[in-house]
Amino acid sequence: MNFTFSKRARTLSMMLMVLGLVLAVVGFFGLKNDPHMAESAGQNFWAALFINGFFFFGITLGALFFYALQFATESSWSVLVRRVYEAVFSYLPIGAAVIVICLLAGQFGLHHVWSWMDHRVYDPNDAEHYDKIVAGKWAYLNPLFFWARVIAFMGTFAFAANWYRKQSLKLDTLTGAELVKEHLLTYRRSALFLVLFAVFSSVLAWDWLMSIDVHWFSTLYGWYVFAGMWCAAMITSVVLVLYLKSKGYLPQVNNSHIHDMGKWVFATSFLWTYLYFSQFMLYWYANIPEEVIYFQQRVDHHPVLMWGMFFVNFVVPMVLLMSRDAKRNPRFLIGVGTVIIVSHWLDTCQLVLPGALGEHFHHIGALEIGLFLFFLGLFVMTVLNSLTKAPLSVVNSPYLEESVHHSI
Amino acid sequence: MAEKIIYAVYEDPEQLKSAARKLITAGVKVKDVFSPFPIHGLDPIIGLKRTRLGIASFMFGITGTALASLGTWYFMIYDWPMNIGGKPNWTWYHNVPAFIPVMFEFTVFCAAHGMAITYLIRNRTLPGMPARNPDPRTTDDKFIIELRTEENHGHTAEAMTEMLRNTAVYEINERQC
Repeated sequence: MNFTFSKRARTLSMMLMVLGLVLAVVGFFGLKNDPHMAESAGQNFWAALFINGFFFFGITLGALFFYALQFATESSWSVLVRRVYEAVFSYLPIGAAVIVICLLAGQFGLHHVWSWMDHRVYDPNDAEHYDKIVAGKWAYLNPLFFWARVIAFMGTFAFAANWYRKQSLKLDTLTGAELVKEHLLTYRRSALFLVLFAVFSSVLAWDWLMSIDVHWFSTLYGWYVFAGMWCAAMITSVVLVLYLKSKGYLPQVNNSHIHDMGKWVFATSFLWTYLYFSQFMLYWYANIPEEVIYFQQRVDHHPVLMWGMFFVNFVVPMVLLMSRDAKRNPRFLIGVGTVIIVSHWLDTCQLVLPGALGEHFHHIGALEIGLFLFFLGLFVMTVLNSLTKAPLSVVNSPYLEESVHHSI
Repeated sequence: MAEKIIYAVYEDPEQLKSAARKLITAGVKVKDVFSPFPIHGLDPIIGLKRTRLGIASFMFGITGTALASLGTWYFMIYDWPMNIGGKPNWTWYHNVPAFIPVMFEFTVFCAAHGMAITYLIRNRTLPGMPARNPDPRTTDDKFIIELRTEENHGHTAEAMTEMLRNTAVYEINERQC
């Protein structure tokens, strides 16, 4: 059965985009007219654009990773909902484009979100701009190597997303031995992709996020960012499945599938908390100035944002999603999922803004929220549009029958 | 008339499931099923209530959290304030990040051990306890449905045996109570 993108959903996502755009413009000129903020308004715009570019890109990346994981682990339960993940990662090129635009703008000096992109910090003769610590990272941060990495990551992800989609449509047309052969090919490629992903997901977090606070470093950072992406992707996919089910699609998806997807939301929330806290506690305990500066900026100046998002991302899923009934209750799952995903967006904000704006960052305003709504609309539009392009459940898979009878 | 126990042996969990479904539809009460591994989807068929082990585990878990909180406060703050790396040692809550790992571990420890021990006691399978399964083959590759005539007054032993013969049964054994 194919999905039809209802007029109502289309209008709603259009309205979200328009509303978001208006809000962002209002927010931007609000900053421009504020004498204290006017100077940093441009920087704030790029930072906000990057936050929302990265947040939705992160969701698609989480979905792509999870999709590969299903093949690599030969999971059967998820076969019925596989198309939903494909739809989520169909947004990947747009998310990648937004990130690349932000990075390019930085490279050409339109903003200083990534202060190390300014070549003057590496010049010992330029006493005003020279930064000895950053200059020491030249081997890693020089434009040639940096852009080679950007191209490698984006290229690999875009290629994988495209290949998986094509392969999935191809599997639909095959049966018997041919189907098994192609299925096993996907299985082997997925294992390879996961190896690349393990490296790339960590390094891209250092490159694009950690380097905003360029003097600071954390080895755990990449996993922490990845856990956030993964959790957001799990929430997105379960909400999407529940939306489709409420419209009468995916009739074969039963309570057990929903329960499993709910478990993933619960589990990845804990993974995120675990990594977040591990990073925080070690720095808090060692209390070395060059390390705690990152947390000082956040804990001293933005305690509500910092502890608030930690609390919501940890306590809300723990308390509300622990019971079996909660994970099988669609309305409840959608409600809790929405709260957590907004909180993960706040997490992305606190990753970027204190470093990008420094003392000019006071609170999250209309600019960030407006761009969030704009990209949310665009994301929903792209994903639902992609869902219309193929049958909502895969037609052929060696594990299809097992998935239909999934029961836990 | 002496009450009887009937054991129907199956070679495959799916065959057992469909047989159990047939028996239940015919109004026969299944006393128990013995299997070398958990059979997915069997519980609702034979009308087993949901396990409360999860609730027990949660209780053991929060007991662990509470004990660890109390312990860290007593050892590290109250009884002998510990100065480790200049961290605050007069208040528990200022120093709580340092105690989170032990609280977490002790929660897991209590939940896991409590749950395992509860499970063993409830199933009467503590080490050294006599085995209660009717046939040692159910720990290997056979699956058994147990029926009791005392619970099925609407059916005679012969009728139930006949019903079992119509399923993919491997062998049927009877025993006096």
